[in-house]
Amino acid sequence: MSEALVAAEAAGTGVDPVPGGSGARQFWRRLRAQRAAMVATAVVALLVLVALAAPLLTALEGQDPTTYHPSLVDSARGGVPIGSFGGISGDHWLGVEPQTGRDLFARLVYGARVSLGVALTATAVQVFLGVVVGVAAALGNRWVDQLLSRITDIIVAMPLMIMALALLAIVPSSFPRPILVALIIGFVAWGTIGKIARAQTLTLKELDYVAAARLSGWSTWRIARRELLPGLAAPVITYAALMVPANISIEASLSFLGVGVKPPTPSWGQMLSSADIWYQAAPQYLLLPAAALFVTVLALTVLGDGVRTALDPRAASRLRIGTGRRSEAKAGSEVKAGIEVKAAKEGTS
Amino acid sequence: MSGFAGFALRRAVSAVLTLLALSVIIYVVFYATPGNVAQITCGPRCSPEQVHQVAQQLRLDDPLYLRYWHFLQGIVVGHDYSTGTSVEHCSAPCLGLSYQSDQQVTQIILNKLPVSLSLVVGGMVLWLLLGVGTGVLSAWRRGRFTERALTGITLAGVATPVFVIGLVLMIVVCGQLELLPFPEYVAFSDDPEQWAWGLLLPWVTLALGEAAYFARLTRASMLETLAEDHIRTFRAYGVGERSIIGRHALRGALAPIIALNANDFGAAVGGAVLIESLFGLPGIGQELVHAVNVVDLPVVVGMVLVIGFFVVLANAVADVLYAVADRRVVLA
Repeated sequence: MSEALVAAEAAGTGVDPVPGGSGARQFWRRLRAQRAAMVATAVVALLVLVALAAPLLTALEGQDPTTYHPSLVDSARGGVPIGSFGGISGDHWLGVEPQTGRDLFARLVYGARVSLGVALTATAVQVFLGVVVGVAAALGNRWVDQLLSRITDIIVAMPLMIMALALLAIVPSSFPRPILVALIIGFVAWGTIGKIARAQTLTLKELDYVAAARLSGWSTWRIARRELLPGLAAPVITYAALMVPANISIEASLSFLGVGVKPPTPSWGQMLSSADIWYQAAPQYLLLPAAALFVTVLALTVLGDGVRTALDPRAASRLRIGTGRRSEAKAGSEVKAGIEVKAAKEGTS
Repeated sequence: MSGFAGFALRRAVSAVLTLLALSVIIYVVFYATPGNVAQITCGPRCSPEQVHQVAQQLRLDDPLYLRYWHFLQGIVVGHDYSTGTSVEHCSAPCLGLSYQSDQQVTQIILNKLPVSLSLVVGGMVLWLLLGVGTGVLSAWRRGRFTERALTGITLAGVATPVFVIGLVLMIVVCGQLELLPFPEYVAFSDDPEQWAWGLLLPWVTLALGEAAYFARLTRASMLETLAEDHIRTFRAYGVGERSIIGRHALRGALAPIIALNANDFGAAVGGAVLIESLFGLPGIGQELVHAVNVVDLPVVVGMVLVIGFFVVLANAVADVLYAVADRRVVLA
């Protein structure tokens, strides 16, 4: 994305920069005013619960995600699950995996752990790196700014999928794969957050209350922590909320290609990589992970949209206006959002 | 106009510098990793003699900056490899030799490039038509059922990873309904008709995922323009709705669409990798996944650089086009 555009966007997303305790409550009120976002929040909360309770749920079923059940697949027919509907039974609620006979329900709920865990970790790394580099560039002298901004430009120019693929090749396979995938996504795709953080800090640092803090003799570090970070929260959270579903897609894609999360650790993308051969004998082996991915990414995207609307002062004021002009008036922030979502998806802009 | 030419020139210079810096970073990341670089480069299946040979070829005794210089030299003027008895010339742009097949990386890439270009360029035409068309339709039918339906569909498109779209399309269209044969690549020069038929499903797959973003963006920027005062003035003068939508509102959407399309190029290449692997198309993406799996570093590094080159180029071209579409940028 052109630099001017990023800067304009980031500046536009800024919410009232005055820090205060009412921020969180106001945000929640504005989020609650959007029905779709609330449904999405409920779905996301359920998914997180499933991910956290994965060991509990599988214990309830009496299965685990890694045990092979060779007796449940028909080796004469290439490993098709025995029984109707891909081997669904009281013991195996969603059937078993073709060839290995591993329990599908267990792999699906543990897959939620991997999917959400990798995406959230990656987002945390992206936010941390982006904010540190962006704020340092904005507060540093000319040379620091030049250097950090150029590095950010290069990071932004790297195609995420390609770089992630390539980096996964050189790290020894002994390194825990889900953590590795999360770190790689985080380290390759923080560029846009860096640009947003820099642009917003440049705006904030000219404001009176920051100047007042500087005149009172506060250190740069203290100003950054106490005065600038609260003002950065709105644009950074907005963008980060859009990065989470993007990161889920990336992890699924890498695992689908066979280079991301590897067996025996289950991952939705990885389950799909061999599903096309089995769709006739065990359609749920294709449908379940695909549906899980779809619902998760959809819910997180809608939630991200809701978070953006809640944090955007222009859009939020319109939440209370009658419905007639709403779609037209809301559109302004959606133009930026369209580019943001897209940039978030690729991690480059 | 001189301001514009200057802008274009500055943008070109910065693109070259970005590419150079990208090559440094990629080289350092891949060839200065801790551990036995020769062993990693050569791959896990290499014999000790091969590892020794690789270490010599990589000139591991030289300092890193000299090795990078050597690599850069190969790209600009090419160089010669001595493979035991004979000497093989690798002409510029030389990206090294594959350790798996002993082929020149440049040659491997050139062989695979037509497949990937066919996929990405064809897909791009389709997603622009589909995305912008859907966006215009939504903006035109705003507030009606059509808009709501299209908004829902595009949201679903945004939320579905491209390989899931491809997987489902392949199973339904090729497997169950047998409307299309399973995709395969036939060179355009051999048979243009087969080329198009074989790539139709991959194009549609790539386009469906991307078009959703363009539809959302087009709709949003058109609605924004439609809410502006000058449109009201046009209406007051009796300009028809068709002309307002087709000429004035669409013009406002042009600049963001160009910006997104550039930005999108990197994502599209990533999507192309997935689609090539899914449909078994012998393009750069499939080769890259293969090279990653067998840890063939010269191929990986070469491909990342070439793809990076295209992405940087696309971004530079888009920035210039953006400036043409929206003249205020030049002044900024």
